[in-house]
Amino acid sequence: MLEIKNLHVKLEDEDKQILKGVELTVPAGQVHAIMGPNGSGKSTLSYVLSGRDGYEVTEGQATLDGESLLEMEPEERAAAGLFLAFQYPVEIPGVGNMTFLRTAVNAQRKARGEEELSSAEFLKLIREKARKLKIDAEMLKRPVNVGFSGGEKKRNEILQMAMLEPRMCILDETDSGLDVDAMRLVAEGVNALRSPDRAFLVITHYQRLLDHIRPDVVHIMADGRIVRTGGPELALEVEQNGYGDLLAEVG
Amino acid sequence: MADTAVLAAQAPAVEGRARPGDAALAARLDALDLPRGGFTRTAREDAAQRLQAMGLPGARDEYWRYTDPAPFNAARPQPAEPAADATTLFTGIERLNIVFVDGRLDAAASDALAAEGVEIESLAAAEARADHWAAGLYGRLEAAGQAPVKRPFAALNTLAAAEGVLIRVTGRLERPVHITYRRSAADADVYLHHVVKLEDGAELTLLETGAIGARSNVVIEADLGRGARFHHIGAKRANDPKLGLGHIFARVAAEALFKSFTLSVNGLMMRNEAVIDIAGDDAVAHIAAAVLGDGDIGRFHHDDTVFITHAAERCESRQVFKKVLKNGAEGIFQGKILVKPGAQKTDGYQISQGLLLDEGSQFLAKPELEIYADDVKCSHGSTTGALDETALFYLRSRGVPKERAVVLLVLSFLADALDEIEDQRLRDDILGRLEDWLTARAGNPGKAEPGRA
Ligand SMILES: Nc1ncnc2c1ncn2[C@@H]1O[C@H](COP(=O)(O)OP(=O)(O)O)[C@@H](O)[C@H]1O
Ligand SMILES: [Mg+2]
Repeated sequence: MLEIKNLHVKLEDEDKQILKGVELTVPAGQVHAIMGPNGSGKSTLSYVLSGRDGYEVTEGQATLDGESLLEMEPEERAAAGLFLAFQYPVEIPGVGNMTFLRTAVNAQRKARGEEELSSAEFLKLIREKARKLKIDAEMLKRPVNVGFSGGEKKRNEILQMAMLEPRMCILDETDSGLDVDAMRLVAEGVNALRSPDRAFLVITHYQRLLDHIRPDVVHIMADGRIVRTGGPELALEVEQNGYGDLLAEVG
Repeated sequence: MADTAVLAAQAPAVEGRARPGDAALAARLDALDLPRGGFTRTAREDAAQRLQAMGLPGARDEYWRYTDPAPFNAARPQPAEPAADATTLFTGIERLNIVFVDGRLDAAASDALAAEGVEIESLAAAEARADHWAAGLYGRLEAAGQAPVKRPFAALNTLAAAEGVLIRVTGRLERPVHITYRRSAADADVYLHHVVKLEDGAELTLLETGAIGARSNVVIEADLGRGARFHHIGAKRANDPKLGLGHIFARVAAEALFKSFTLSVNGLMMRNEAVIDIAGDDAVAHIAAAVLGDGDIGRFHHDDTVFITHAAERCESRQVFKKVLKNGAEGIFQGKILVKPGAQKTDGYQISQGLLLDEGSQFLAKPELEIYADDVKCSHGSTTGALDETALFYLRSRGVPKERAVVLLVLSFLADALDEIEDQRLRDDILGRLEDWLTARAGNPGKAEPGRA
């Protein structure tokens, strides 16, 4: 589903290379995890895939179902089925969470040539999904992420994912800053969406989340490259020994 | 009708002492049909004298540092065809309608000027009556608001306005009073003077919409009694190529609430001055504005100038000004909070923000605090910035198209100002129109569209 080949990325207005030849393939139906030290380029990868400004792709490509992502506008990538749960969800004062979600859901449906949801249909859907994530009506009414706790912000990201039903979901450190209960809710939200024609790329530092979301494949990223790929046992190795040994092995 | 003789006699153009502006003022007055006035006559004569003494503003006046008074000093306005009229703001709400066309009352288009708990009449019709309740207010609050800063155009208004609405409220008026302005003549130079008196505990919502004239000068004097509640919303016609001056002078008694919100969408040059005197303890005064300016439709320059005086204890004032500017538009904010000796426990807040959608536009703010009491809480802030790129990306990453995302972020920026409108129906109405305007213009930033409301 997601194929990244030899991806090189530098900062647009600085001579700084961040991604140095990323190779990664995530087939439909699978969950892949990316682990790696701070500053290795994990968030950059997720931003470049979703189309954030400020980066320049100097080499390589990234495709979703064979379609090149890199030429698309961010909203086109979303309509094509890509979703990024942000490491730091953004606060938007003055825009209601509900309005935001309805605008997003209907914009995507429109872009795909599908019928827009009526108010009633939308309300029914969001109430049901919000309940599962323990997001109350009050939180839906408030401005997007404003005054939300760290955990609430992350659950709100998962709610957006559940509403938008993307086919390729990237989660950037969605587990950081979550307590055990919130972590379980987030994991349940992800697991509920797992299906043969959907794939996940879960960026995390911790084994904890991977206990709940069992990955099929684990990648280790360091200095802008995927340096190792293995099964779930690789995450346990990181948990026990840190990155030091692993990276020393690779050189 | 005109009676220039009285005033001409008062013009003390003493030779040798003539100032550079005297000739301009003489020409300015000459071009006007000055009403003789009935119950307002002494107020008009007083205004004439004050105006002669202060003269028209010049580019060197500190108070006019950011806005060029020349178009307002000119004897006649530049003719400008009005924008298309399809007024729809507030039409779904039950209200008492008063319509002015080129500054004249259109009685046929207006509702009967009567309602429970209110005396309401047009200024021209009331002039003939002696002992009018408005005699103690017409031109009086304006005169009181001339210190410490001169406001010559307000004095000119007291002198020149032949029409306006006089509203005295004794009860709680459920229906808003809605003044709709229309203009038909391309060169209409309009002076309107409204007087509002809220007796103790009275409540009134006053709405103003439409296009007043090619050049307009409107004064509102509002006197709020103890515990009175006054809500004012002004939303002038969008995209009208107008030159507009507005003054609101308010005196707020103990426990009273004053709230004013104005919306401006494109146009040429506008300056709104608010002079609010918080005179009684435990009173509240809020003033807010949302401004959208596109320099491509016509030169856009919008100036809000506010002066709030705290002269009593435990009062709250709040100023919230938000301007969205593009294509070389200019936004100005001058806001002052004066806390007089003894005005303890004052809570004064002021925020002014410019959202620049391109690099050619500018927002200038001059916040001022002058405090002579020691136990007060006053704060002010001002920011100028571009759209938040991170928020824009966040919205787009959820599939919201860029143009729609910009609309949402502009509304997000304006939200604090809109929140100052208490009545949700009115707020939703304004919000809906704002959204329409923004959406209609999102795709074609360079072209004017017919204005509404
Ligand atoms: N917009 C940016 N400006 C400056 N440096 C950046 C920017 N984005 C990323 N970087 C740098 O690129 C490197 C990778 O960052 P990031 O992708 O956030 O890593 P990770 O998510 O793995 O911690 C870091 O050295 C970071 O400082
Ligand atoms: Mg990161």
